[in-house]
Amino acid sequence: MTLGGFLNQLFQLLLVALAAPLLMGWVNACRAWLQNRSAPSLLQPYRVLRKLLHKDAALAENASWLFRFAPYVIFGCMWLVAGIVPVVATELPFATAADVIALVGVFAVARVFISLAAMDIGTAFGTLGARREMLIGALAEPALLIIFFNFALISQSTSLTTIVETLAHREFALYPSLAFAAVAFVMVLLAENARVPVDNPATHLELTMVHEALVLEYSARHLALIEWASAIKLFAYCAIGIACFVPWGIAQAGDWDALPLAVAAAVAKLIAAGAGLAVLETVSAKMRIFRVPEFVATAFMLAMLGLLLNYVFEV
Amino acid sequence: MPAASATHLDFVIGIVLFWLAIGAFALLRPIQSASATRFLYASGAIGGVALAVVALAAIGAPPASLVLPLGLPDLPFHTRLDALSAFFLLVLGATGAGISCYAAGYFAESHGGEGGLTCLQYHWFLASMALVLIADDAYLFMVAWEAMALSSYFLVTTEHHDPGIRKAGFIYLLIAHIGAIAILLCFGVLHGGQGDYTFQAMRQAELTSGWATIAFLLALLGFGAKAGIVPLHVWLPEAHPAAPSPVSALLSGVMLKTAIYGLFRVTYDLLPSIHWEWGLLVLVIAVVTTLFGVLFALMQHDLKRLLAYHSVENIGIILIGFGLSLIYIGTGHPTLAVLGLIAALYHTLNHAVFKALLFLGAGSVLKGAGLRDLGRMGGLIRVMPFTAFFFLVGALAISALPPLNGFVSEWLTFQAALLSPALEHGVLRSIIPLAAAALALAGALTAMCFVKVFGVAFLGMPRSDEAIRAREAGEWEQLGMGWLAAVCVVLGLAPVWMIGVMDPVALSLLDYSPAYIGMAQDWLWLTPVAPERASYSPVIFLAVIAAVVLAAFGLVRLLYHGRLRRTPAWDCGFPGLNARMQDTAEGFAQPIQQIFAPVYEIEAHHPDPFDRMPRYVCEVRDRFWGLIYFPIARAATFCSRMIGRIQVGRVAVYLMYSFATIIFLMAFVR
Repeated sequence: MTLGGFLNQLFQLLLVALAAPLLMGWVNACRAWLQNRSAPSLLQPYRVLRKLLHKDAALAENASWLFRFAPYVIFGCMWLVAGIVPVVATELPFATAADVIALVGVFAVARVFISLAAMDIGTAFGTLGARREMLIGALAEPALLIIFFNFALISQSTSLTTIVETLAHREFALYPSLAFAAVAFVMVLLAENARVPVDNPATHLELTMVHEALVLEYSARHLALIEWASAIKLFAYCAIGIACFVPWGIAQAGDWDALPLAVAAAVAKLIAAGAGLAVLETVSAKMRIFRVPEFVATAFMLAMLGLLLNYVFEV
Repeated sequence: MPAASATHLDFVIGIVLFWLAIGAFALLRPIQSASATRFLYASGAIGGVALAVVALAAIGAPPASLVLPLGLPDLPFHTRLDALSAFFLLVLGATGAGISCYAAGYFAESHGGEGGLTCLQYHWFLASMALVLIADDAYLFMVAWEAMALSSYFLVTTEHHDPGIRKAGFIYLLIAHIGAIAILLCFGVLHGGQGDYTFQAMRQAELTSGWATIAFLLALLGFGAKAGIVPLHVWLPEAHPAAPSPVSALLSGVMLKTAIYGLFRVTYDLLPSIHWEWGLLVLVIAVVTTLFGVLFALMQHDLKRLLAYHSVENIGIILIGFGLSLIYIGTGHPTLAVLGLIAALYHTLNHAVFKALLFLGAGSVLKGAGLRDLGRMGGLIRVMPFTAFFFLVGALAISALPPLNGFVSEWLTFQAALLSPALEHGVLRSIIPLAAAALALAGALTAMCFVKVFGVAFLGMPRSDEAIRAREAGEWEQLGMGWLAAVCVVLGLAPVWMIGVMDPVALSLLDYSPAYIGMAQDWLWLTPVAPERASYSPVIFLAVIAAVVLAAFGLVRLLYHGRLRRTPAWDCGFPGLNARMQDTAEGFAQPIQQIFAPVYEIEAHHPDPFDRMPRYVCEVRDRFWGLIYFPIARAATFCSRMIGRIQVGRVAVYLMYSFATIIFLMAFVR
């Protein structure tokens, strides 16, 4: 572990955690513009976090330790994810601690804890949200894993840094399997981050909500941590998509001259990703909850198809 | 040093005798007092710890054998302790110690006059499992195997007053014996007609490829029946819930593993060569078993039945690793096979530990609240905090969540599957990723199932009076569960150490070992094949999350405040919240039932819309009963009735039958 690598690691941890609400604000602003509404400030998510942190926490009388512990675990999991996805440079010492399979595992830990916390109080909405979250997760998680296996077969590695270095710095080649993987990944991203058409982050309608139903009983600092963690999760998903599908520009290990360009590239790609997400959310309508498994199962099957194509085309 | 390792085997035999002695003592002096029971089971637990220590020491030692002066004249019992036996003895010892410790508390109060008998059967069950693992001839193996089946049968039917439990015991005994016949025939094929049934002779027997395949299929059938592969799984969900909980933990955690041991022993050690077609067959069966197990587990609302179906699933996961390693060996890639074998062994150990832990947790709920039906539980985390915590550890481990142990073995299985591009055979290469996909799906569904179990049973509001009045488990029970939970954490955090322990097992079975292929060099990082290819470090993983949790906890309080007030639940402002508004276990899994409807045989009665007292009944059944078992049972009944017709009850007629038979034989047999 070099000093440079360590600094880069710290820099990225802070960058991701601090920039994540900004990306959330950017997506929300883009959505508002596309829907002919006047947009909130880009800094609105920060203000919400600050407001929540100032408030007194109101905790249900029968809440157990699990309920209070879960927001911290979720936050910790998401921060770990933020530490291992290459955003500007691939030299990340923490990345060796968790490869893509473990990355999917971290998301699963966060999902399990948020669902358990939602069932802790014993409200109808909480259990409903937990059921839906686990259902979507049970299908989206394998889909994400299979998407990663596509890359693992191409780069002979399940380490995210090796995948990125292989794809970014080798002769340009078209992989048909990655086209399927890309579509599947976007679908998983929408499902896992509670975006339209799977969930609507701006509603509290009991018939449709998933993420909001899960966090209904949370308030103040606990809610702030969960909301922050969801912002980091969205950021991490965008970063994973960028690192895997358009990795050009990410600086290689030890290549410090490339760093300014890498930062610029990362910012540009994230802006484009956020805008693209807003467009997708605007042009699609919210699905009925029972169509969601079909949607996620399609993602799973597309990823599987990509995996089989890898063998057909002998990469 | 053969002398030193012979003492290992002596120690193992000593522990077996110790367990037998505990059992005999319990029977000779029927226990009335709780403290005597506690003492006997605690001694058994010490035997388990000693066995684990001896096994750990014996894994690295060269194999040792010993001929016991027991058995029939001229046919003594052969025993042998090699790396494979030692590894499974480690599983038995480590898991058995926790279970016995729990049993010391569990059985102390609950049984009166029959307590002595249960104690005898329990310890003889332990001893017979250990004997199975050190047997070195077919004779001792079958004797120990039958002793294991019978002692566990009597344990399953402990509460024999209940006809349902007697039926469950009968199904168990029946399938156990179908399996035993297959194993006996398998040994018959293996010994190659020399009349010598020691394993040493079987290793040297010359088998043609066809006979080897027959032997393998018989072993798969016989040991598969014990392990619970689909479609021979039907006894598991019947027998495991029927048995007292520590016994369920032993059955599921340890006894199923003796079947895995037998399969490994026959395949890797006794059979002369391995064909990749066998691996493909195992892989297909394993995938079906895995998905079947988890999908049916999701549909259960009886906690112990649910756990039993998860045992079916986990046996499937073990067999995925096994199948992969057979495929790699059969296609001439023994170095890749190491990874599959290690994944299978690691999952064997993991499943033993976390499944035993979960069954013990279920036992505490059954004892403390008298509940097995998830629909009547709820909120137990408040009355049984320790049990809830231990159960949570087990639930997270079985859901394959990092950094606990279940994740390590699934991760290794995935890594083994991702090596498939090295194969030349096109179809084979593309089938292996399908297995990986099935495993991924099963893992995610398991997580859903355990969110259901933990959420419905331990969280939320209590759904019945029993759940409100539940008692926390006693100290012995907590100690037993705590030990198993600690093992789960250690196996999750120190995979490199554990793989180092397994190294001699792989070396003895495959002539290659993890160390040889460059795995497990650094204590911190688990890197199969090469660090660039994949690495995983649970310690760093846990350290980062723990650091962030602590930092977030401190910073929030430092920069803002930690003020908290207790209020009624908000629930979107709806008043009158009660326990019946929570999701039930059936409701939680209902979407899965809808998505995977073709898998299940569903019988639902929808109430009439004008019914004043509507009742909705939905029953999910196992298709294999209708597809396989009922037709066989009908055919058997039909045949018996046909044979019954010639039984007229008159001696003269029977003599005529004998006469006809003799004429028939004289005509055809010369």
